[in-house]
This record gives sequence, structure tokens and C-alpha cells, in this order.
Amino acid sequence: MTAQQLTNRAPAATSLPMQGSAPGNRRLRRIGKGRAALMKGVMLIGGTMMLAGCISINAPDKPIVIELNINIKQEVVYRLAADAGNTIEDNPDIF
Amino acid sequence: MTHFATRFERSSLANVGWAALAALVLVAPASAQQRDPAYAAARSSGAVGEKVDGYLGFPVSPSSEVRRLADDINIKRRDVYAQRAEANGVTIEEYAFTAGCEAISRTAPGEKYQAPDGRSWLTRGAGAPQRDPRCP
Repeated sequence: MTAQQLTNRAPAATSLPMQGSAPGNRRLRRIGKGRAALMKGVMLIGGTMMLAGCISINAPDKPIVIELNINIKQEVVYRLAADAGNTIEDNPDIF
Repeated sequence: MTHFATRFERSSLANVGWAALAALVLVAPASAQQRDPAYAAARSSGAVGEKVDGYLGFPVSPSSEVRRLADDINIKRRDVYAQRAEANGVTIEEYAFTAGCEAISRTAPGEKYQAPDGRSWLTRGAGAPQRDPRCP
């Protein structure tokens, strides 16, 4: 520990970790840098994942009509066909 | 004598009038069973076409008259569909779709109908129309 450090910054060492030397402090700082880099990486990955998500959501553009029709089953249509034909014949003014 | 003649003439004229009225009353329901001339014209000119969903649509952007005519018919169709759907225990959409299959089958050559994609319009030719695969 230099004299300057003693006079300018470090408060009196009251616990064991506080008594660490300057190189030890530097190591702590390095760990901090590493964590920041890690966070940057996570954010980058997260960002690209979100971006990919947005693109896949934009893909479908005309499902509404089809969905409506899918609910109508062929067997129902077959069962109703004769009745519908009669309805058209009985109402020639509107068909 | 002249009195009698005029009276006779009047009464016979009245009879003719009554007969004409009766004929009109008798004919009226029969004529309501045919397509309105404006509707028939709109069909053959392609101003209206049969849609996949069982209602009339507009292959080209309609005049206000054509729109009113088609809206009126569509309301009546929906009324009929609702009654028949209830009688058959199905939804209005199911019944209307089935009627749409039939109505497209019955289009005359030259009339417009909606393609199975539910978007584009086709003109009925001499052969069978293109219909949804679920149509009977």
C-alpha cells in the first residue's frame, strides 16, 4: 500500500476483505468488467431472439376466412344439400 | 231503355275492373316467385355474383342501386337460412355455405361466382363450376 493511497482514499481497514492489497482490488474490478461483457452478450442474444420472434409473427396475413370455413364439416354439408336445394327452388325470387 | 243500357254498360265495365283486379291478385304471388328484372339483369351483367358463403357479392364495385338490391336479397336469404338452419339443428353459416354450394352449381353460363379461395371471381362457363371441396 502506498502512502498516497493511505492518505487519499482507503478508510481504516475494519474487516478482513478491506485489508486486501491493491492487486486484489484490481482483480475485483476485472471481474466486474467480465460481468458487464456477459450482460452485453445476453442482451445481444436476447435482442436477436426477439427480432426473430417479430418476423415469425408477421408471417400469416389471410387466415380469417379460411378458419371460418374449416369449422364447417363436409358431412354436415352433405346432409344439408338436399334441403338447401329445396330452399333455393322454393325461393326463386331471392336465388 | 237508354238508362238500362248505360247501367248495363257500367256494371259490365265494373265487372271487367273486378276481373282485372282479381287477375292481378292471382298473378301477384306468382310474379313474386320470379326474379325481379333488376336482379336478373344484375346477375347476367355480372354486377352481382354468388359467393361461397351463400350470399350475393360484388365482382366489381357496385352502384348504390345494385348494392341496395343485393343487400335486400341477402337479408331475405339470411332469414330463410336462419329458419332452415334451426329446423336442421345446424348453424346459419353451415346452412348458408351449403346453399352457396347449390347456388353456385345453379349459376347460368356467363354469370359470376366466387372461386373456392373466397376472394376471386369466376365466370360460369358451359362446364361445372369450381367449388369448395366440401361441396357435394
